[in-house]
Amino acid sequence: MTAVDGRDIWTDAMSPVLSLRQVSKVYGSGATAVPALREADLVVDAGELVAIMGPSGSGKSTLLTIAGTIEEPTSGEVYVCGADVAALSADAQARLRRRSIGFVFQDLNLLAGLSAAENVALPLELDGVRARVARVAAMRLLDELGLADRAGYFPDDLSGGERQRVAIARAVIGERRLLLADEPTGALDSTNGEAVIRLLRSACRRGVAGVLVTHDAQLASWADRVVFIRDGRIVDQTGPATGPEALLAQDVI
Amino acid sequence: MSVRHALLALLTEGSKYGLQLRQEFEARTGEVWPLNVGQVYTTLQRLEREGHVESHENERDGAQKRFRITAAGERELDRWLRTPPSAAPPPRDELVIKVQVALRLPGVDVRDILQVHRRHLVEEMQRYTHLKAEAAADDVGLGLVVDAELFRLEAVVHWLDAADVRLRRLPAVPPVPAGADGTRRAPRHQPAKPAPARTAGSRS
Repeated sequence: MTAVDGRDIWTDAMSPVLSLRQVSKVYGSGATAVPALREADLVVDAGELVAIMGPSGSGKSTLLTIAGTIEEPTSGEVYVCGADVAALSADAQARLRRRSIGFVFQDLNLLAGLSAAENVALPLELDGVRARVARVAAMRLLDELGLADRAGYFPDDLSGGERQRVAIARAVIGERRLLLADEPTGALDSTNGEAVIRLLRSACRRGVAGVLVTHDAQLASWADRVVFIRDGRIVDQTGPATGPEALLAQDVI
Repeated sequence: MSVRHALLALLTEGSKYGLQLRQEFEARTGEVWPLNVGQVYTTLQRLEREGHVESHENERDGAQKRFRITAAGERELDRWLRTPPSAAPPPRDELVIKVQVALRLPGVDVRDILQVHRRHLVEEMQRYTHLKAEAAADDVGLGLVVDAELFRLEAVVHWLDAADVRLRRLPAVPPVPAGADGTRRAPRHQPAKPAPARTAGSRS
């Protein structure tokens, strides 16, 4: 990946990439107030993929948009790459979002008028990186994802699986440190879905912190840790990973 | 899982030793289904009695017996491949019983019971998925076995999710008359306490 000029001074390599402390979110007020998230604590380190699992309406997407600094919490603190998000100016928040956070949503938001390579290069160009440099970085990523021959295609000419891989390339380009994904395999068949989650997982293996929001147990099971959310509250999480030996110890025949 | 037919299938590739059959069986199921030596030899003896395999001692290898599939064995394998597996459910599902019991017990939060089982299932799924994630992409044998286990476990998680939705439709506190000793039953599903999740202050 290509280095982005001007590293952010608040970036602290030692602190967790994402830290939510007692984060609550209430929509509306008074009698019509709807609590979406209640006192959520969550810490995600570099290299870790965490899945947030819960039914629809449980608050998992709210948690993700707050972690992505798209929404502000009603109370509680959000730290991204060591920075207290509430203490940043709107400009600094936008810069943090552009440089450090990658988003993958179910509706991919690829721009129809741009080619696959232009879509992938877009975040770098928006951040002031020269078009040529951004394009080289995009091509290298597309090549890694097996999409080199699709670089010039427009989104409408790509298959669903290819579009999703382009969206992931766009999410990880540059030096993003936090990858946020909301049902990233939503409309894909199981083979393409598995390819997509393998990409997210390998991005985390390279040192990115990943948060994956899903209601799908199979998708969640790719994560290092699964956090369960119910009625806006984090109620449980899986234990530390055990190796496959644990399976062999059982009589599974 | 029919070990008998798996062994017959391995023998269609040529005659093999018992130990070799065990190794090949385990390798092709991604070592997710271990097989003990005793099980292999008992199964081979039974197949031999039925006339589906025959064995011969190999002078050069001393005591080791080689096994070979017979024509009857090949017919049996073909018949088995085309026979639908038994779809009859097990007579009683233990998890269903546990949840039914939890519903009737005073002071038990059923949704917490559902969550405990959901976590166990997802942890089990994580172990299988990680096995698949570390395996070579072309390891079809492992992929098939692991996917089968994952879909089976996922179905149970779906059942738990559906049970959660059913419980949500119940009135929050069922009108329970005071007992003879004046005690009241606790509500069936009060909001769960936050889990001892890893927080900012207690990172490992």
